[in-house]
Amino acid sequence: MPNLAFDMAHLLAGSLVLVSFMLLYQDRLSSLLNVYALHALVLALSVAWQANLQNAPHLYVTATLALGFKAIIIPVALRQIIERLGIHREIETVVGIGPTMLAGMALVGLSMVVMLRVTAAAAPIARQDLAFALAVVLLGLLMMVTRRNAVGQVVGFMSLENGLILAATGARGMPLVVEISVTFSILIAFIVIGIFLFRIRERFDTVDISALDQARGEQR
Amino acid sequence: MSHFVVPPALVLLIPLAAAALLALLPDYRLTARLNVAATLLTFLAAVSLLLEPHPTPGSYLLVDDLNVVFIALNTFVGFTTSVFSASYVGHELETGRLTPAYLRFYHAMYQLLMCAMNVALMANNIGLMWVAIETATLTTVLMVGIYRTHEALEAAWKYFILGSVGIALALFGTILVYVAAQPVIGEGLEAMAWTRLMTEASRFDPALLNVAFIFLLLGYGTKVGLAPLHAWLPDAHAEGPTPISAVLSGLLLNVALYAVLRFKMLMATNAAAIAPGPLMVTMGLATLLFAAFMLYRRRDIKRLFAYSSVEHMGIITFAFGMGGPLANFAGLLQMTLHSLTKSGIFFAVGHAAQAKNTQRIDDIGGLTETHPWLGWGLVAGVVAIAGLPPLGIFMSEFLLVSSTFARAPLLAILLVLGLLVALGALFLRLNGLAFGEPRGASHPVKASSAPLFAHLALVLGAGLYLPPQLVTWFQHVSRLLG
Repeated sequence: MPNLAFDMAHLLAGSLVLVSFMLLYQDRLSSLLNVYALHALVLALSVAWQANLQNAPHLYVTATLALGFKAIIIPVALRQIIERLGIHREIETVVGIGPTMLAGMALVGLSMVVMLRVTAAAAPIARQDLAFALAVVLLGLLMMVTRRNAVGQVVGFMSLENGLILAATGARGMPLVVEISVTFSILIAFIVIGIFLFRIRERFDTVDISALDQARGEQR
Repeated sequence: MSHFVVPPALVLLIPLAAAALLALLPDYRLTARLNVAATLLTFLAAVSLLLEPHPTPGSYLLVDDLNVVFIALNTFVGFTTSVFSASYVGHELETGRLTPAYLRFYHAMYQLLMCAMNVALMANNIGLMWVAIETATLTTVLMVGIYRTHEALEAAWKYFILGSVGIALALFGTILVYVAAQPVIGEGLEAMAWTRLMTEASRFDPALLNVAFIFLLLGYGTKVGLAPLHAWLPDAHAEGPTPISAVLSGLLLNVALYAVLRFKMLMATNAAAIAPGPLMVTMGLATLLFAAFMLYRRRDIKRLFAYSSVEHMGIITFAFGMGGPLANFAGLLQMTLHSLTKSGIFFAVGHAAQAKNTQRIDDIGGLTETHPWLGWGLVAGVVAIAGLPPLGIFMSEFLLVSSTFARAPLLAILLVLGLLVALGALFLRLNGLAFGEPRGASHPVKASSAPLFAHLALVLGAGLYLPPQLVTWFQHVSRLLG
C-alpha cells in the first residue's frame, strides 16, 4: 500500500504545521504548554511512522524520546515552573494575533515554494517532509519574535527544534548519531533555560524579557 | 577502519578529563593552576599534530592541512588565556564578584569549551561538527551569565536566543547537505563525512546545495558575528568574565568561520552551484563598514573591542570571499594575528577594568601613568589591531587591499574606507584611555603581563619577519581554500 504510507506521512507532517499555527494564537501560558505537548505528540507519531516506512528501528528511539521527554516531561516541568513563579496571566505578544497568523501563512507559502522547487530530484516523502519541516522552523522563529515572555520564547524554540527533527527523520537513512545528539542537545538547552528562568526569577520577580531589556551600558 | 593515533585523541581527551576533574576539586588556587596545566598539555599535543604526518581520516575525526592551523592557534590562545584567567579570577574572588563554587563551575566550563572547539575543528562529520559548535555555544552562554547581574543575564539570554536560532538554521542546512549527498553516496555515515563529501560534491544536486549554503552561511554566520546577526556579540563580550571575552573573540568566532569555510570549499567543487564568494564578500564588507561606524559611539571599553572583533571578522570573511591564493593568504594571516592581538588586548582590558573598577571609557584615563605596563601594552595592542606598521596586521591588510585593488577597485575603496574609519575611532578612544590626566579610582593589580606581551611579541615578529616555512605552509592552505 504505497499510497497509504505516503498519505499517512503527509497527514502527520501536515498536522505538525497545523499545530504550529495553534501555538501562534495561544494567549495563556498553560494552554500554550498543552498545545506544545500536542506538537511533540504529533512529532512522535510522525517519526514512528517514518521508522515503520524506512524499516529503521533506531528511529523508534527518537520517537520514544519525543513522546516521553518532549510531550510529557518538559511540559510538566515548565508547568511547575510557571506555577511556582505565579505567572498564569496572559501572554503579552508584541504583534497582534491577526497579523501574526497572516505572517505565518506567508511563511508556510514561502517554504513550500522554495523547498518543493529545489528538492525536485529527491524522494517524494523526503520532499514533502522537508517542505513541512521548513514551515515548522519558520513558524517557530515567528513565535519567538512575537512573544515577549521568556517561557513563550522557549516554547517557540522547542517547536522549531521539532521541525528540525522532522527534517532529519524525513531524510532517509540519516545517521542516528545526529538524531540522538539533537534530542540530547534539547535536554541541555532545556537545563540551560531552566537555570536562566530561576536566575531571572531570583533577581527581578519576572520572566518578562522586556524587564531585562534596559541596561545596555550605553545609550542611557 | 579508523587508524587512530594518540595526539588527535589527546587534544580532545585532555580538556575533557580536566573538565571532570576541575568540576570536583574545591580549592581555587589549585584548580586555576590545573587549568593552566591542562591547556598547556593540550597545546603540546596540538604541536605534535603539526609535526607528525596526518593520520588516516576516521569516520568521525579528521586531521588535515587546513584544520591543523586552526587547532594549533586554538590551543595556543586557550593556553595563554588560561594563564591570564588565573590572575584575573584571583582578583574577582578577592572583590567577591565570584564565589569559589562558581569558580569551580567556570573552570570546568572553560575546559569543556576547549574540548568542544577542538572537536568542531577536527570533526570529519558535518553532524558531529554541528553538535560540537552547539556545545561550545551552550558553555559560553553559561559563562557569560556567571556574574548574575542584571546586564549579564540580559546578555546571556540574548546570546542564547540568537545563538540557538543561528545553530538551528545551521542544522537545517546540514540536513539539506545530507539530502543532497544521499542519492550519490548512499545512506549512512559516509554521506556526512567531509572526506567523502569533498570528492563527490560535483555530482550533488546544485539547487539543493544552494539553499543549504544559504542556511549554513546565515546559521554559522550568526556565530561568526556577521552583520546583521551580530547583535549578541557586544553584549556577550561586555558582560561576561574577560577571559571569556578573549576566548570568544580569539577562538570561537574562528571556529564558526572554519565551518563556513569548509562548506564554501564544498560549494566550490560543484560547478553548477552558486559561487559562495560574492555572498561572503557582501556580508563581510557590510559587517566591516557597519562595525567601523559603530565603533564611534561606544562608551564601554569591552564593547569597543567587541565591535572591533566584528569589524575584523568582516575583513576576514571578505578576504576568504574574494578567494584566490593572495586574498586567502591575507585572510589566514589576518585571522591568526587578529586572534593573537585581540585576546592580548582583552588581557590588558581585563586588568585595566579591575584596576579602575569600571568598564566605562569616560572613567578610565591616563593608564600609561598609573599602570605603565598595562597602559603601554594596551597602546601596542590597539596600534596592532588598527593595522599600523610594523605590526603584523598591517601586512595582512596591505596584502588584502592590494590584491583587491588589482581585481575589484570599487570594493577596495570601500574596504579602505572601512579600515580608515575604524582606525580613527580606535585612536580617538585610545587617546583618552591611555594618555592625559589619570581619571577615576585606581587600585594596584597583580597582573601577569606574560600572556599579553607574548602575544604582542608574536604579532610584532610576524610583521617584521615571517619564517619561510610558515609562508609556504599558509600558501599551501590558501591553495586548498580555492
